[in-house]
Amino acid sequence: MSRDRIRVLLISLLVGALFLAVWQASVARQPKGKGLPGPAAVAQTAWEMLRHPFYDNGPNDKGIGLQLGASLGRLAAGYVAASVVAVMLGVTFGLSPTLYRAVNPYIQVLKPVSPLAWMPLFLYALKDSGQSAILVIFMSSLWPTLANTAFGVASIKRDYLHVAAILQLSWWRRLVTVILPAAAPAIVAGLRISIGSAWVAIVAAEMLIGGTGIGYFVWNEWNNLALTSVIFAILAIGLIGVLLDAGLGRLSRRLAWSE
Amino acid sequence: MAFLEIDHVTKHFPAPDGRGAVCVFRDVAFAIEEGEFLTMIGHSGCGKSTLLNIIAGLERPSEGGVVLEGREVARPGMDRMVVFQNFSLMPWMTVFENVRLAVRAAHPDWSRRAVTAWVQRYVDMVGLTGAEDKRPAALSGGMRQRVGLARAFSTEPKVLLLDEPFAQIDALTRGVIQDELMRMWNATRNTVFMVTHDVDEAILLSDRIALMTSGPEARLAEIVEVKLARPRLRAELLDDPEYVRLRAHILRFLVEGARREAALAG
Repeated sequence: MSRDRIRVLLISLLVGALFLAVWQASVARQPKGKGLPGPAAVAQTAWEMLRHPFYDNGPNDKGIGLQLGASLGRLAAGYVAASVVAVMLGVTFGLSPTLYRAVNPYIQVLKPVSPLAWMPLFLYALKDSGQSAILVIFMSSLWPTLANTAFGVASIKRDYLHVAAILQLSWWRRLVTVILPAAAPAIVAGLRISIGSAWVAIVAAEMLIGGTGIGYFVWNEWNNLALTSVIFAILAIGLIGVLLDAGLGRLSRRLAWSE
Repeated sequence: MAFLEIDHVTKHFPAPDGRGAVCVFRDVAFAIEEGEFLTMIGHSGCGKSTLLNIIAGLERPSEGGVVLEGREVARPGMDRMVVFQNFSLMPWMTVFENVRLAVRAAHPDWSRRAVTAWVQRYVDMVGLTGAEDKRPAALSGGMRQRVGLARAFSTEPKVLLLDEPFAQIDALTRGVIQDELMRMWNATRNTVFMVTHDVDEAILLSDRIALMTSGPEARLAEIVEVKLARPRLRAELLDDPEYVRLRAHILRFLVEGARREAALAG
């Protein structure tokens, strides 16, 4: 390991230790059972939860693994569907600047809307809270991928398209061998932003719909005043977010190319 | 009827100020025989690359047309392969995949094995054996253009269009690749239309050289024949009286064209 990396690691550990120490000190003098729980209490809850992550004692008492699994399942359904739609639309818009300019005002208006604002409409239309949550994830992960794909496809060098034209590639081969690989770095950058915002949105969506999921878990534990569980859930959500991002980071390195 | 006919082609571009049009070249007409190597030489801005793109079908002429074997060509096609000045290799593909893309396009009915063997043959031909799995970013300019040549030759097009193919290659490598192109052309005797501003390159490679006046409103001034026996050797050519005469003739044309341009500008 280089000196620089050792230094980074040391500072990083120091910051973590300092945070835990200040946290512990600030809760040490409060009367027992009142105020925020300290790191030791959270660690104990974490240990218990991780020992039995998949137990199921009915609707209001499930292991953290089951809750996270439910959230990841929704995430996968909404995110994959949104990504497919976003890439298809993005390629279409990227290849047709006129069409893109024509629909762009609508996209600009829809983009800043919190995906949760759609929830009442989805609930009314679908009469199913699970599907509505998936649609909220769909809305939250649509725009970044759409915008990045359109940009990536629109900025493909004309030379590559010229070669494709001379070789008289069919539209499918042109898409698969030229357009998608050329725009892949931009598309994956969009997918990476999208999965982040989807993971952010799912917690709030699940707080609204209830039933299962890490968001519902957080809200349920708050109602039980089990703050150690809430804090542990926050950590778990953060860690899963890091893993999701790292996975797409690997994909982005695999698809990267330079001229 | 000629094999490839450039039939009174004129090209206008929209003027930079948005009003009217600028004529790049006017009424360019000549013919290329089958198996002939014809080079067009002229200063930057005479529209020679635009004319090449028109023959390739990548741009449309404002007037006139291009006729290949009696048929007008208006769209890009595999019968006219281009070797680009900036190589235009797909940077996400390896050397092998870049050539294979073209071979597959030319022979969609071939088996995987037949395609692989054919690609390998052309990769070997341009001396890139061992570099098959490298991406263009890992190659020098000279090696990249070898891939460009392999890609173009591997489809056995009716016409090869070379757009200043050696302009972005360092001077020492350039000669080697020119020799390689000459060797490949001797073996295949493709019909070639090349565009360049390098006089020595034009004489070394061509059967005939078309001289363009300077743009805008460039015109085809004359076509000179290169009466030098093949195979031509660079070292021997330098002392050949015909080579010296031809070189002086073309250089004088280019310098006087430039001077007239300067006079017009002044």
